[in-house]
Amino acid sequence: MTQVAGPEATRWVGGGLKRKEDPKLITGQGRYTDDIALPGMLWLAFARSPVAHATIASIDTTAAKELPGVVAVYTGEELAPEWGAAMPCAWPVTSRTYPGEPTADARVPDHWPVARDRVRYMGEIVAVVVADTREHAVDATEAIEVDYDELPVVDGIEEAVAEGAPVIHEQFGSNEQYTWNLRNGDVDKVFAEAPVVVAERYFHPRLIANAIEPRSIVVQPVPAQGEFTVWTATQIPHFVRVFLTLILGIPETKIRVIAPEVGGGFGSKLEVYAEEFTAVALARKLGQPIKWTESRSEGYLSTVQGRGVIQDMEVAATEEGRLLGVRVKLQADMGAYASLCGPGIPILGAFHYHGVYDCQAYSFTCTGVYTNRTPTDAYRGAGRPEATYAAERIMDALARRVGKDPAEVRAMNFIPPFDQPRVTAGTLEYDSGNYQAALDKAKQLVGYDELRREQQAGDGRRDGKLLGVGISSYMEVCGWAPSQVLGPLQYAGGGWERASVRCNPTGKVTVVVGTSPHGQGHATTFSQIVADDLGVTPDDVEVLNGDTSVATWGLDSYGSRSLSAGGVAIHKAAERVRERARVLAAHELEVAEDDLEWTDGKWQVRGAPDRAKTIPELAFSAWTAHSMPEGVEPVLDASAVYDPPNWTYPSGTHICVVEVDPETGSTRIKQYVAVDDCGTIINPLVVDGQVMGGVAQGIAEALYEEAVYDENGTLLTGNMSTYRIPSAAELPGYTLDKTVTPSSTNPLGVKGIGETGTIAAPPAVMNAVADALRFVGVEFIDKPASAEKVWRVVHEAEHGQAPPERTPEGGGTGAASMTPEEEGGVA
Amino acid sequence: MRRIALTVNGVRREAEVEPRLLLVYFLRETLGLTGTNVGCDTSSCGACTVLMDGQSVKSCTVLAVQADGSEITTIEGLAADGQLHPLQEAFRNNHGLQCGFCTPGMIMAGVGLIESGAGMGEEEVRLGLEGNLCRCTGYQNIVKAIQEAAGKMREAAPATVQGGSE
Repeated sequence: MTQVAGPEATRWVGGGLKRKEDPKLITGQGRYTDDIALPGMLWLAFARSPVAHATIASIDTTAAKELPGVVAVYTGEELAPEWGAAMPCAWPVTSRTYPGEPTADARVPDHWPVARDRVRYMGEIVAVVVADTREHAVDATEAIEVDYDELPVVDGIEEAVAEGAPVIHEQFGSNEQYTWNLRNGDVDKVFAEAPVVVAERYFHPRLIANAIEPRSIVVQPVPAQGEFTVWTATQIPHFVRVFLTLILGIPETKIRVIAPEVGGGFGSKLEVYAEEFTAVALARKLGQPIKWTESRSEGYLSTVQGRGVIQDMEVAATEEGRLLGVRVKLQADMGAYASLCGPGIPILGAFHYHGVYDCQAYSFTCTGVYTNRTPTDAYRGAGRPEATYAAERIMDALARRVGKDPAEVRAMNFIPPFDQPRVTAGTLEYDSGNYQAALDKAKQLVGYDELRREQQAGDGRRDGKLLGVGISSYMEVCGWAPSQVLGPLQYAGGGWERASVRCNPTGKVTVVVGTSPHGQGHATTFSQIVADDLGVTPDDVEVLNGDTSVATWGLDSYGSRSLSAGGVAIHKAAERVRERARVLAAHELEVAEDDLEWTDGKWQVRGAPDRAKTIPELAFSAWTAHSMPEGVEPVLDASAVYDPPNWTYPSGTHICVVEVDPETGSTRIKQYVAVDDCGTIINPLVVDGQVMGGVAQGIAEALYEEAVYDENGTLLTGNMSTYRIPSAAELPGYTLDKTVTPSSTNPLGVKGIGETGTIAAPPAVMNAVADALRFVGVEFIDKPASAEKVWRVVHEAEHGQAPPERTPEGGGTGAASMTPEEEGGVA
Repeated sequence: MRRIALTVNGVRREAEVEPRLLLVYFLRETLGLTGTNVGCDTSSCGACTVLMDGQSVKSCTVLAVQADGSEITTIEGLAADGQLHPLQEAFRNNHGLQCGFCTPGMIMAGVGLIESGAGMGEEEVRLGLEGNLCRCTGYQNIVKAIQEAAGKMREAAPATVQGGSE
């Protein structure tokens, strides 16, 4: 791989530098959107539909308008003139067999910020109140009278496309949004001729991202100038600006969007929301500052949810367990409307349901369907966790079928180590990988062989509990993305990133980059890269981002792109600065440029170490500009735009060891080993933090979390006390290690790490639970393996019949009935 | 409206408040102490944790009028004389935070836990943090930070900080 710079190249890169972001955050000085208060600020509150599907017969806002502090109340009809267009879907997937041409128009309905005549999910906005305080605004929403004529509800994915299903958007004639196919090889022939075919059905419940900071927006208008400053809790300030322009008709140049401190996103803030459009529209209409902050329970209805997918997964194999073909059919719950990227989320996984293995033939089909539920969109991993879950669970099923150890079946199917791009059955070109190395390391760290011996010796028992071991050897697709590939995929944006590096007169360096962090530590890791590139220290470097007037170009943070797109753009800009500095150094040292070498973080005359110029010295010269070489402009800065030529492909193996109590159904994670390969590591502290946080979310997905709706489209897990997010008491400690296979597609060799945990962990945990339960004859269990669900399947296996159902159905989280002691606890 | 008087971060504050005003909004919006965050509406997340008369409380479950006469410490008042509290230091040393939104509440809960004399074994710390949710870190580094700070605080003042099962 390319070194970052000369011999001293990795002075800072690779070190566990403590985060530069932390001092403000540990002292309460971090400023999040809800911390902002402006003089004369008015508050918004939204009246939302309590029913999932209805026509609005009438809305009466008279009483609400009379309440104390209320400035105005608006219905959808009254706000209609504010919108130049409906809310955006930036990824309108159309029916087709990729890469063939679309066979039908995109079925994307108009989605207005405030509903006009019909509501299609519980929580959809029907009216908005503007008042002098938060409390007055909320009080007034309760005085708005709405008559709903309820309609039949589409209450599930398969129900959406069942014969006679109610149609949510009548103009489309059905609830099918699209059917998207990918074929490579003669799949049907391979399956027809294969001696072994294994098929399983997996269900990915809807998940709620639960960034701990709720969404919030503050708008400061300058009416006389037609200008707006918008602070919003978002991952994508640049996209917010573009879409505010497109929907509201305000010129981009009159809108400044700032993502201040943002308290987590996980995909849920990768959206431009109805509340954002409404807040800016009302700031324009009223000429006053506007603020809105969601309550958590409100967010559960109005913030996009993740997953919501049924998979029919099949593999064809030899009798030895060698993979021949993969065939998968998805049905994906889009919710009631097409969200910003929602239709495309399942397609993010479309190309790699064969995971870290290869095969002769591959086919993927996904049908997106509308349901009467909150729209879905990205949730940490977005499409890739679903693909990895299916790939890794079916490998265990295949291992059982052919009577081999899951590790052995994986090893015999791994793509062999490679350091140059390699095209796979799913048509992706993987950049590099060494999957066996990670599996070996993880097995050794967890004591795999000993665990298998213990299982065998104890008939699967350890102290009365069922002992299970689960492997997940994953790869993922990161670094969103090559622009020229996004076009054919019908994604509306590009995938480049832009950075500039400015050497200030007194030697400090300002980096401006278009990515926009929400907890990832960009200021720290980006400073490390620049420090090595320019021979300064990370403390000398300030990173500016998250403000469209400061970082004027950018495509923001999602899809593990910040480092592999933004970080590489920064590196390229810093290299340009260094090359410009070289010209100046040669001029000042009166030598030819070729006589200079970049050594010890400065330009030095070859063989004469005492004759050298540092970047800060040259920055001062370039600023005074008293003596510039011919044709060289004053000041020392440069910018670069980097459009990745390919995605990056992090990989690794996670192994989870569980003990399942067959009496209570509770699962305790006893060991969790994660061996990850994210290519070159900039900051191991940050990398490990990302892994642990992602694994925690992945464990939560496997064991606890599920957004449960009833048949009326009512969200039953409607707040943080009924939707179970695990605390420290439920989660284990983690054992972490790495392999390093630098990416072959970018000069830093980086791949990305932010989504790894949620991609790798769910199948590792579920394979472990399933492994434990096989000792009591349980054939299959799916997410989430809540205590209740485990208890039920064990009961069924032992008694030959299911235990009596409780109502309502599907309350898988069982939150109210669990204590930490019963459910998990620390290892 | 009710008149309340309390000490916040060592400063006496008086105000007329609505009886329904929550302590967390009194701190954030009346006093402008925005370090204490609101992450939910069901007292589940703990982002709003502060010390009230030395005990950690979720300030979204306390009415401002209930805090009348009490002594409140928020994240802004934890560092003394320009010196970070040992737990603030430990959070940074151990990478115990990412987005930082749960961090003020997590630190205040941690201080409350350490000062309560609770044991500082891993399991005890994990159980002690049950009321505080973090979505970024996976908790391991938070637990380490609390254990590290407890060790330092115990060294510094063995008589006042007890417990520990390690």
